[in-house]
Amino acid sequence: MSRTSGQSPDRPQWSAPSHAATAGRPALLRLQDFTVTLSGTVPIVRGIDLSVGRGEALGIVGESGCGKSITWLAALRLLGRNVTTGGEVQLDGQDVGGLSERELARVRGGRIALIFQDPASALNPVQRIGTQIAEVLRLHRGLTGEPARREALRLLDRVGIADGPRRLKQYPHEFSGGMNQRVMIALALAGEPDVLIADEPTTALDATIQAQVLDLIRELRRETGMALILISHDIGVVGDLCERIAVMYAGRIVETAATQDLLTRPRHPYTQGLLTALPTLTGPRQRLTPIPGTVPAPAAIPPGCAFAPRCPIAVERCGHELPELTFAAQDQRAACLRLGEPSSLESAALPVMTMPAQVGAPA
Amino acid sequence: MSVLLDVRDLAREYPVSTAGGVRRILHAVDGVSFSLERGRTLGIVGESGCGKSTTAKLALGLLPATRGQIDFEGQPVTALRDRAWRALRRRMQLVHQDPLSALDRRLPVGQQVVEPLVIHKLEDSAEAQRQKALALFDAVGLRADLFERYPHELSGGQRQRVLLARALVLEPALLVCDEPISALDVSVAAQVINLMQDLQARFGMAYLFISHDLKVVRQIADEVAVMYLGRIVEQGPPDALFHAPAHPYTEALVSAVPTPLRGTQGRIILKGDPPNPVDRPSGCAFHPRCPRTVARCREEVPVLRPVADGRLAACHLAAAAPAMAAA
Repeated sequence: MSRTSGQSPDRPQWSAPSHAATAGRPALLRLQDFTVTLSGTVPIVRGIDLSVGRGEALGIVGESGCGKSITWLAALRLLGRNVTTGGEVQLDGQDVGGLSERELARVRGGRIALIFQDPASALNPVQRIGTQIAEVLRLHRGLTGEPARREALRLLDRVGIADGPRRLKQYPHEFSGGMNQRVMIALALAGEPDVLIADEPTTALDATIQAQVLDLIRELRRETGMALILISHDIGVVGDLCERIAVMYAGRIVETAATQDLLTRPRHPYTQGLLTALPTLTGPRQRLTPIPGTVPAPAAIPPGCAFAPRCPIAVERCGHELPELTFAAQDQRAACLRLGEPSSLESAALPVMTMPAQVGAPA
Repeated sequence: MSVLLDVRDLAREYPVSTAGGVRRILHAVDGVSFSLERGRTLGIVGESGCGKSTTAKLALGLLPATRGQIDFEGQPVTALRDRAWRALRRRMQLVHQDPLSALDRRLPVGQQVVEPLVIHKLEDSAEAQRQKALALFDAVGLRADLFERYPHELSGGQRQRVLLARALVLEPALLVCDEPISALDVSVAAQVINLMQDLQARFGMAYLFISHDLKVVRQIADEVAVMYLGRIVEQGPPDALFHAPAHPYTEALVSAVPTPLRGTQGRIILKGDPPNPVDRPSGCAFHPRCPRTVARCREEVPVLRPVADGRLAACHLAAAAPAMAAA
């Protein structure tokens, strides 16, 4: 897998008019035929094409081991030597793969910021919060001294941490989980990034704190116009914040569509399965429809369509033919060989996700 | 239907010393009462530190209570770990959140399902014990060839099934499940939820089901108790509770469930973190975060009492039961 493969002119999926929604906005971050391989033999990410426009919010959904986090860590070359990547990563049309370590260090945290599930382990436990924010401000914005302190206070205030001067002198263990995630977000904002990659940012948080943090991210996006890539196992969280969702399974994207279309008219059997497997808070209580079996291990991905062994509509050819992402509807693409068959997918009456406007009826 | 588990005014305190070396009392569970009928499911929901897991441990007699009374099948539950406690514990079993740490990594999983039978000296022979364990393997949907495997060779969903088999092999009347599906992927979680419902229909045990996930609790519970800072603030049937919450905290929890394409309209975002249980706020413990606080909430502790449709709520502002409000 060479880095040059993405440039050849005979790659029809990129000339296809499938990115109608992003056509007006040039892609800010784009992955082309991106692959990640572990130890040279185990394919973790098996060729994905994705692009995020300026200011766009893209959600990545999938179960554990589908490659949703690895993709972005590998794209920023944050994984060790054991990991090899193929295909191309472009930031504003520039090949990230061609950047030197030094140049890449300016991109990470500067143009692309990352926040993770567990803020306490991402922060340095033996450094004051103020020192950690100051470091980012110095590296990415060249701020030191009093201007840096003023900016740090502004950032803390911006992410909803009161009593800034005292908080700057504190250590991560003196903050709650939700507060630490706010500090992480402040650190991410310190570099004034174009895109924020948030990997399960609220999974470790309590329900009411999760709501606070999601609300904060939504507000910051509205203010700064930064793009968001939100990685989560929770389709509710992703649907809450993102305009577009990509569903991953076994290292490939199986479906991508605008949030509403994906949730109300899912076209791939895996997406449909994910939605019917979820219990709901409204509507009649009915028996769940689980997806049989389990996610395959990366070293044992079945040939053909990786979902075929668990798929309710798989036919013989699914076992050996690899489905490509193809046009399924306006701005909706799915990787299923049976997509074109009128009777297969659409007749399945789906208890798709309902969208209750008022669950907790405000009095 | 007869009452299987009856808990009255249960409390558990811990002495703690705060930063300045001051000795304080932490009220982990502070006056919890509920009862659970045979074959039914009570869900307990709440955020971390609300006392839901402590309540479970107290109910099983794994922790001594500071105050209160627990009766299981008419017998008082103590944490004395004597012969009577052991006999009771056979009838009440615990299923953990993290199956990998609840299983012995050096023992084949089949043997771990046999072990409770050995401990309680049940069945006549080793072969009878093995057959019983194999029957349970079948009941939870595990293939017999997995019997000799080790925990690390199983998937997360399979491990959770082993835990269920191990708990059920003693034919308990009560299964206490502490976040049993939180560590599982969506597609596998649905399998385990369905399995738990099937097992309940088949064996008739009651579940005390502890979870932070309202959707899962609604799916499985006949009744739900919402806990905040060591107390039950609202209790009732899941649909009544989640569709028309009587307590503002329940309302905030429901509102906090991420719902696609809902936008921010009508959403309640609570300010701040839950308070430290050592510094329990005066009056209603929820009042510093409550969007509807009135003066009375700061002074007077609300009691859990029946409101409109017969469910229980601990809020001064919830309309009392007999007052038939005009629809």
